Parts: sequence; C-alpha cells; structure tokens
Amino acid sequence: MQPQKNETNADLTGDVWAGTGNYMRILIIEDDKDAASWLMKGLKESGHIVDLASDGELGFAVANEGRHDVLIVDRMLPKVDGLTIISQLRSNGHKTPILILSALSDVDERVKGLRAGGDDYLAKPYSFSELLARVEGLGARKLLDPKDAKLKAADLELDLLTRTVTRDGKPIVLQPREFKLLEYLVRNAGHIVTRTMLLENVWDYHFDPQTNVIDVHVSRLRGKLDKGFAEPLLQTVRGAGYMIRAR
Amino acid sequence: MASIVVILSYVYYDTISLLEQQDQETIRADVLGLTDQYRVGGVAGILETIERRNAQKGEMLYMLADPSGSHIAGNLVSLPINSIPDDSWFDFKIKSADKNATADHTAHGYNVQLPDGYQLVVARDVEDIRVFRDRILYSLYWGLGFAVVIGLGVGTAFSRSFLRRVDSITNTSQKIMNGNLSDRMPISGSGDELDRLAHSLNDMLNKIELLMQGMREVSGNVAHDLKTPLTRMRARLEDALRGEDKVAQRHALEQNVHDCDNLLATFNALLSITQLEAGQQRTSLENLDAYATLADVVELYEPLAEENHGTIQLRAQPGLIIKAKRELMAQALTNLLDNALKYGASKDGGTHIIVSGRIEQSNTVISVSDQGTGIPEKDRTRVLDRFVRLDESRTKPGNGLGLSLVSSIATLLGGKLIIRDNNPGLKAELHLPYAG
Ligand SMILES: Nc1ncnc2c1ncn2[C@@H]1O[C@H](COP(=O)(O)OP(=O)(O)OP(=O)(O)O)[C@@H](O)[C@H]1O
Ligand SMILES: [Mg+2]
Repeated sequence: MQPQKNETNADLTGDVWAGTGNYMRILIIEDDKDAASWLMKGLKESGHIVDLASDGELGFAVANEGRHDVLIVDRMLPKVDGLTIISQLRSNGHKTPILILSALSDVDERVKGLRAGGDDYLAKPYSFSELLARVEGLGARKLLDPKDAKLKAADLELDLLTRTVTRDGKPIVLQPREFKLLEYLVRNAGHIVTRTMLLENVWDYHFDPQTNVIDVHVSRLRGKLDKGFAEPLLQTVRGAGYMIRAR
Repeated sequence: MASIVVILSYVYYDTISLLEQQDQETIRADVLGLTDQYRVGGVAGILETIERRNAQKGEMLYMLADPSGSHIAGNLVSLPINSIPDDSWFDFKIKSADKNATADHTAHGYNVQLPDGYQLVVARDVEDIRVFRDRILYSLYWGLGFAVVIGLGVGTAFSRSFLRRVDSITNTSQKIMNGNLSDRMPISGSGDELDRLAHSLNDMLNKIELLMQGMREVSGNVAHDLKTPLTRMRARLEDALRGEDKVAQRHALEQNVHDCDNLLATFNALLSITQLEAGQQRTSLENLDAYATLADVVELYEPLAEENHGTIQLRAQPGLIIKAKRELMAQALTNLLDNALKYGASKDGGTHIIVSGRIEQSNTVISVSDQGTGIPEKDRTRVLDRFVRLDESRTKPGNGLGLSLVSSIATLLGGKLIIRDNNPGLKAELHLPYAG
C-alpha cells in the first residue's frame, strides 16, 4: 500500500505525496500498534514528520505543547477518550486542525466528533490515500482566510461575492453546484481532493452511493474550465481523486 | 372491610369515652356537693339529702358508712366499703340486696373519705353504656374477624392461582432457554396484569425469533457471498506469487484492493441495515421537507443519467413534510436511482426516470419509476430481502442489498417500501407518514 517513488506505473496513491512539497509535523494519537505504524510509515514516506502517542493521556500532553500542524486522533483510546482530548485542547485555546479516526461510521457519531471540535472525520477502514488527502487538506486550510472574497489558483479567479469565475480574464459560466465544487477544489488548490471529500463537503452526504456520481460532475466542470486552454487546470489523480493546480 | 373496622373503632373510642366522661362529671359534682354539706352539717346534713334522692329508683347510687364500714344510709347496702381504696374510682356490680337499683347492672363510682373517718360512695348505673360498648365491640370483633377471614381466603386463592401462573411463565422461559424457541407464554384470557406481561413477553419473543431468523439467513448469505470474492482473491494472489512479472503482480494487487473495497462496501451496507433495524436513529429524526432532498439527489444524479442517454424528471412541489433525516432520505433515494439507472433502460435504449412526490391521505408518497424490465409480481417481496438479486441482473455490479436498505429506512421512518408495476418498468414507492 505504501507509495514508492520513481515508479513509472501509476500506483493507487499516484503522486499523492509529491503534490505538496512542504512538509508538516503530524501527531498520531492511536492505540492500535499496527494501524499506527502503517500510518506513520505512509506519512513519513510522504515527506512529513510524524510523532506517535499510544494512549490518550500521553497524546493530550504532547498535543498540548502545540508543536504540531495536524493531529490525527483515534476516537476510542485507552485512559482518556479521543473526544475528551479534543474538547480539552479546544478549551485550552488550541486551534490545530484535527482529523478524527473512528470505527463508528454513522452520522450521529460524526456530528458528535465535529461538535467536540474535530475538523474532519474519517471512518475506519479507510484507504491511505483518503487519509493523506484529508490530512494535507487540513494542514493547508489555515493558510487561507475564509473571509477572503476572492480565491485564486493559477490563472483562475473566483469572486465569492458575485459568484463569478474567470480564467485568464475570460468569464466562465457555472451552475451554483459547479461553483461550490470549484470553490472547494480551489480552496484546496495544490492538494488532492478525494471523491468522498467532495461528496461530504460539496453535497454534504456522508455515505457512499454505489455509482460514482462525482466523476461526471467533475468532468463537466473540467469541460468548462479547460475548454480552449492548452494546459489542463483540473487534474485527475489516478486512484486518489482530483487536484486543481495552484500555480 | 378494613375501613369499617377503623370507623367502628373511632366511634367506639369517641362515643364511649364521651359518655363515661359525662358520668364521671355528674358523680364528681355530686361528691363535691355532698362533702360541702357534710362539712357544714355533719352526718345529719347529708343523710337527709341521700335519703331523699334514694326515695325513687334512679341512676344515682349512694352509700354512707361509719368509720367501721357499717351502712348508715343510701341504697347501696352490699358494698364491702372497707376494701375499696379511698378517694378513687372503681367499678362494681349492683346486687339484689341493694335497694331501688337494678341488680346485675354495672355501676361506676367514687369512694370519698370524709373527715372523722366516715365514708361516702357516690356511684351511677352505667349499664346502658356498657351494653352500648359491648355492642360496638361485638360488631368490631366480628367485622375484624370477617375481614381477616375473607381477606385470607380470597388472598390465598388469588395468590395460589397467581403463583401457579408465575410458575408456568417461569417454566416456559426455562423451556425457551433450553432451545424450544417457538414456545410462548400461557395467557389466561382474563386480560389482567399477568396476561399483559405474558403478551408483551410473547411479542418480544416473536421479534427475537424474527431477528434470529434474519441473522441466520444473513450469516448464511454472507458466508456464501464472501466465498466467491475471497476464492478469487486468493487465486489471484497465489498466481502473482508464482510469477515473476512485476507489472502483472502489481495488477493483481490493484485488483485485490478493488475486491477488498467491494467487500467492505458490502459489510458497510449490511451494518447500516442492522443499525437501521435496531432503530437507534429513531430518536434523532426531525421534520424535513422531502422535496429539498428529492431536488438535491436528482441534481446529483442528473449528469450521470444524461451520460447514459437518459433523463431524470422531478415531479414534486415543496411541502412534502416527513419525520426523517436528510441523510437517510438521500441514501434511500440514491439506492432507488441507482437501481433505475442499472436496470431501467427502456427498449429504445434510453433510461427515463421519473422522481415524484405527493401527499396522499395521511402519507407522503415518494416514488422513483423507470421503463425497464421491472420485477415480476412473484418476486416483489423477495427482492426486499438481503442479498436477493434476480437472475437477469447478475451481469451488473451489486450485491442485492440496495432494496433491503431502502426498506429498512422506510420502516425506521414509520412507513414502507412498495414495489409496483410501472407498465412498463418498475415503480418503487416510499409511503411515509405525512408530518406537516
Ligand atoms: N428498477 C429495477 N428494475 C428491474 N429490476 C430491479 C430494479 N431494481 C431492483 N431490481 C431487481 O432487484 C434486485 C435487488 O435490488 P437491490 O437494489 O436490492 O440489489 P442490487 O441493485 O442488485 O445490488 P446493490 O443495490 O446492493 O448494489 C436487483 O438485483 C434486480 O434484479
Ligand atoms: Mg441496488
């Protein structure tokens, strides 16, 4: 499952790790040794610096030092429960983005996790590419000011107030949902966005429809964005998801 | 019964003590009067008063005796006055020797020690009170006795049959625990508490039996459904291990990850169905306009339908209020749309889907219809079961859980899924209670 560099054949995770360039300090709080070491290996190979805490007490102590860019917290932990750690960190004023991992997939559990102060919620079992995309997305999130009225990626510009889009100065007409989709992609420009992330963030659905409905939406959007331009802006990362070029 | 006893006891204590008090007051007043007269006029002073009062038969009884105890005056002759404690109350029986008094009546009196050793007894015939008291006591005892006897009798009979019925319930549960799952609690038909208990125990047992039956079927089906992909995966891995070709090995691994994902999806769907059937989510349902969800899901699927040379039409108006959760409704709708896209192609090749919502009597009816082959009448209930796929569908992806999921969502929301003929094609209708 771990990505290998210099592989000519596109693998499952594709060039997931190659996309970002800048590394992050990540803390994993997870008691399952196998899962933790698998995660650590993958994240390190993706160029990140990774620390591990194997119980809630230690996890909270380390996280409370505030040295990490992203926290990955297991929902169920020995000693101190994952949600307790999160709400304690939040009440101590920490704003570090947190990804919750959980064996419980139902919507109510998810809502609980996010209410406690988590930023994203991933149900087990998950694929590494899904996790990496989310972690990198969270790490990048703080760079963007959500109140900015204009978003830019390469020669693309979105005006959030007038809801208009231009590429290289030329207007592109989008449906409201297409605009939302593009906005999410641009907010994560330079990072991979998985189909599930799109379904969750653009459509607010947290289950997997059997058919891949997302692909058609993205390819329609791509048709509008890239029509008449030599260089494609919206890329498909095989086996992982989509990415909009930042530059 | 007990209340009668309580009332009688009250009457007894209240009335009797009142009457006795009145008697004592009368006697006390008389005693005071006579002692005063004695102080003024000596023995001669009270002698006349006593004689006068005793001239007729009355309720008051007197005895004046000299220091040696011999009778001087008064109708009471027989009192052994020396053996009666001085200055105190006492009871006695009137004898036949006593004059102007009714023999055998009970009397209540006071014995006063006069100066110079003379003694005086003032008493009153209290037979009436005694009779009254006895009568009340009598009825009290009888009442009490009756109550106890009846209570004991009825109680024993009742608790005998009660215990017998509890015993039979215990026996039945023992039998059920020993594996005789189809046994049920006996019901007496009287509709009392025990019967109600037995009824709800039986309902519970029915539900458990149904669930267990479902479980058995599911585990059987799961085992069967897992075997095929697992065998395939195993063969593929063995093949890859034997070979040397890196590209082929990689391909095998990719295929296996794909198969694993499918298995996981199957498990997730199964788990969702189980959770839905457990009904925990029922508590977090809220009022929802299904129209919004219909529009959302149609918008999500429209491009896909168009890609397949098809169309999706939405025929609904806002106001389809139901008690649900957006997520659950969307999940049900996507499953129905997924089926329509998979199996609903009409003869001319296009897939024409109509999603509609309307209010019918007390229900919100949401339907997804296509113009494909439909499902034959005899299979319409069967396809709602887990893992059931009709033969013609084997070539399409899927594992036969979609309609089960939709059906369990409908049940959770207090409604049902009905499969109808669309002439041609299939019409899947969700009938959910209207909550507007
Ligand atoms: N719209 C339809 N037209 C014709 N047949 C249908 C239709 N919908 C369902 N069926 C039949 O009912 C069966 C059960 O459907 P169900 O949705 O439960 O499973 P599936 O679609 O085969 O797999 P899954 O939904 O789990 O991917 C299908 O296999 C198919 O034979
Ligand atoms: Mg289906």
